[in-house]
Amino acid sequence: MMNVMTRTEAEVGAGEQIKVEARDVNVFYGDKQAIRDVSVDILDRTVTAFIGPSGCGKSTFLRCINRMNDTIDSSRVSGLITLDGQDIYARDLDPVQLRARVGMVFQKPNPFPKSIYDNVAYGPRIHGLVRDKAETDAVVERALRDAALWDEVRDRLQEPGTSLSGGQQQRLCIARAVATQPEVLLMDEPCSALDPIATAQVEELIDALRQEFSVVIVTHSMQQAARVSQKTAFFHLGNLVEFGDTDDIFTRPKDPRTESYISGRIG
Amino acid sequence: MTQTDLPADLQSRGHDWASPRARANVARRRRSETVLRVVGLGAILLAFLMLGILLWTLISQGSLAFRQTHITLNVPVAAEHVDPADPAKGNYRRVIAAAMSETFPEADTTEQRALSKILSNQAQFVVRDKVVADPGLIGNEVRIRVPVSDPYDQLAKGQVDTTSAAETRRLSDVEIANFRALEEQGLISKPLNWALVTANDSRFPELAGLKGAIVGSAYALLICFLISFPLGIGAAIYLEEFAPRNRLSDVIEVNINNLAAVPSIVFGLLALAVFLGWFGMPRGAPFVGGLTLALMTLPTIIIAARNALKAVPPSIREAALGVGASKQQVVFGHVLPLAMPGILTGTIIGLAQALGETAPLLLIGMNAFVTSTPATPFDASTALPTQIFIWADSPERGFTSRTSAAILVLLGFLVMMNALAIFLRNRFERRW
Repeated sequence: MMNVMTRTEAEVGAGEQIKVEARDVNVFYGDKQAIRDVSVDILDRTVTAFIGPSGCGKSTFLRCINRMNDTIDSSRVSGLITLDGQDIYARDLDPVQLRARVGMVFQKPNPFPKSIYDNVAYGPRIHGLVRDKAETDAVVERALRDAALWDEVRDRLQEPGTSLSGGQQQRLCIARAVATQPEVLLMDEPCSALDPIATAQVEELIDALRQEFSVVIVTHSMQQAARVSQKTAFFHLGNLVEFGDTDDIFTRPKDPRTESYISGRIG
Repeated sequence: MTQTDLPADLQSRGHDWASPRARANVARRRRSETVLRVVGLGAILLAFLMLGILLWTLISQGSLAFRQTHITLNVPVAAEHVDPADPAKGNYRRVIAAAMSETFPEADTTEQRALSKILSNQAQFVVRDKVVADPGLIGNEVRIRVPVSDPYDQLAKGQVDTTSAAETRRLSDVEIANFRALEEQGLISKPLNWALVTANDSRFPELAGLKGAIVGSAYALLICFLISFPLGIGAAIYLEEFAPRNRLSDVIEVNINNLAAVPSIVFGLLALAVFLGWFGMPRGAPFVGGLTLALMTLPTIIIAARNALKAVPPSIREAALGVGASKQQVVFGHVLPLAMPGILTGTIIGLAQALGETAPLLLIGMNAFVTSTPATPFDASTALPTQIFIWADSPERGFTSRTSAAILVLLGFLVMMNALAIFLRNRFERRW
């Protein structure tokens, strides 16, 4: 289906550039600590998978990267996260603008109850990336092509986004996220609500998106992590246990907890 | 090990589901379910019965007021009663009395005056207006159709027991005989009573209508809507989307919920003290009524709007935030449009409640006797519920049926508003 394991030298070279750097990140919800001292480097044009049992903090950490945790009143983040060397928790950085640069796709497909076209055009419009109808049309088409959805919806762009099938809806959400040309694309269990065929389509898409974006994906499925990612981080009880090349994590785990998880003993 | 104090049928582990004890248990459970169902059904039937009795009473009473007995007469306008130089100052009471002489030629002047009481007091003014408009009518006949006065209206509608002792009736045997004579000549008719909604209040029941009250209620509701809708939505958006969750916001929330349960007369007292007392606003004006009703409706709208905002799934907010929408863009671009059907439904229900509210309007003087339609919201007027209150208090028989008719009109408006709310909910409700 895919050949994610064979990478050309050029791609490796492009992927060595650090896009997001996290140092000693701690997240608290009220008094409860959800993430402990996590440090990780996310490379450009690479798929990084976060795996781990439920409640291990992988989604929480993902939501730190575009500051979605800010919307939860009781949450508090300490440590340093940079995007291209710039502190994203700096006082002068606007979280709204950050979210245009760091797109997000959620667990459940959540298109707006608007037309397919308006779903995709929404981001570029509010950020002033398009000036007129012709530009919007072009941006919408590019985003839908990026999300491998163009051929299926080109004749019905004015139909409501909610009329699509589950897998199409999720690809629409991906199109919506990539429409603002983000540098990083965060995906929070994007396939957990999809059937196997739709899952395969989205996985294929993730691999294609790697050419342009840095992708971070949270997944419950170890097979999925192995299929789509080049780097894998294993979280357990709020700690980052192990981080490395996906091949190494799944074949030669260094930590006994990682080994237990990938062999199915915890999780 | 066997527990000696256990009953014999529980000594063994396997339970016998066919034992008498188990059967009795099943029978008891089924019996109590049947009882619950019968009691529930009974409660509903009782409620419908009450509603049926209420509607039947109102309709049987009120339907009398939907028709009004009229009399058609040719009135000769003699020059001796009306001076052609100044037709407005003529003695039209005499003109009307003289008209009865055509039907009752043998009656003398005193009897004619008594006979003219069959006509509503309005008749002389109807003739005057016609003559003033066309002075050429002096010396000729004017054909008029006017309501008959209330006692004769009751007689025509069969509400007078003619067999009872004469002292107990408003009308003597002679008066009844005179009216019957008019009926035999085909001069009496009972057309639909449009005056009920096109005329203003009057002290004569046959002339009294609801126009002033309907317009007054409409003005008051408009003011109420214009104030409570934007304020309510604004407050709900702030509390639901922007306010920090702390002790203060908890206190505000509890207080808003309590305000919705405050008796309406308290709001009336508040309005009396503040709007009339401090600000010196006019007494009985629909504007003040609207402000008072807005105070009452505001908590209802805030609660409905907050619930509607809360019902918008968080995934929509996340989706919008995720593509970089600001908080304001999320609220006004996504959450509010999705919550709007719910907010509108709640608002209409709140306004319907305000439409039927009487007590606060009584306190700010909207129960005055006003015989004109308010031209602006600042003119004194009544409202539908207070008009009902006034009519229900009036002794004339004609007001009894008019009170029921007015209640039916009010109920009609309420049903229309609720139907609109249901329509909006079904039309714009979205599913996720």
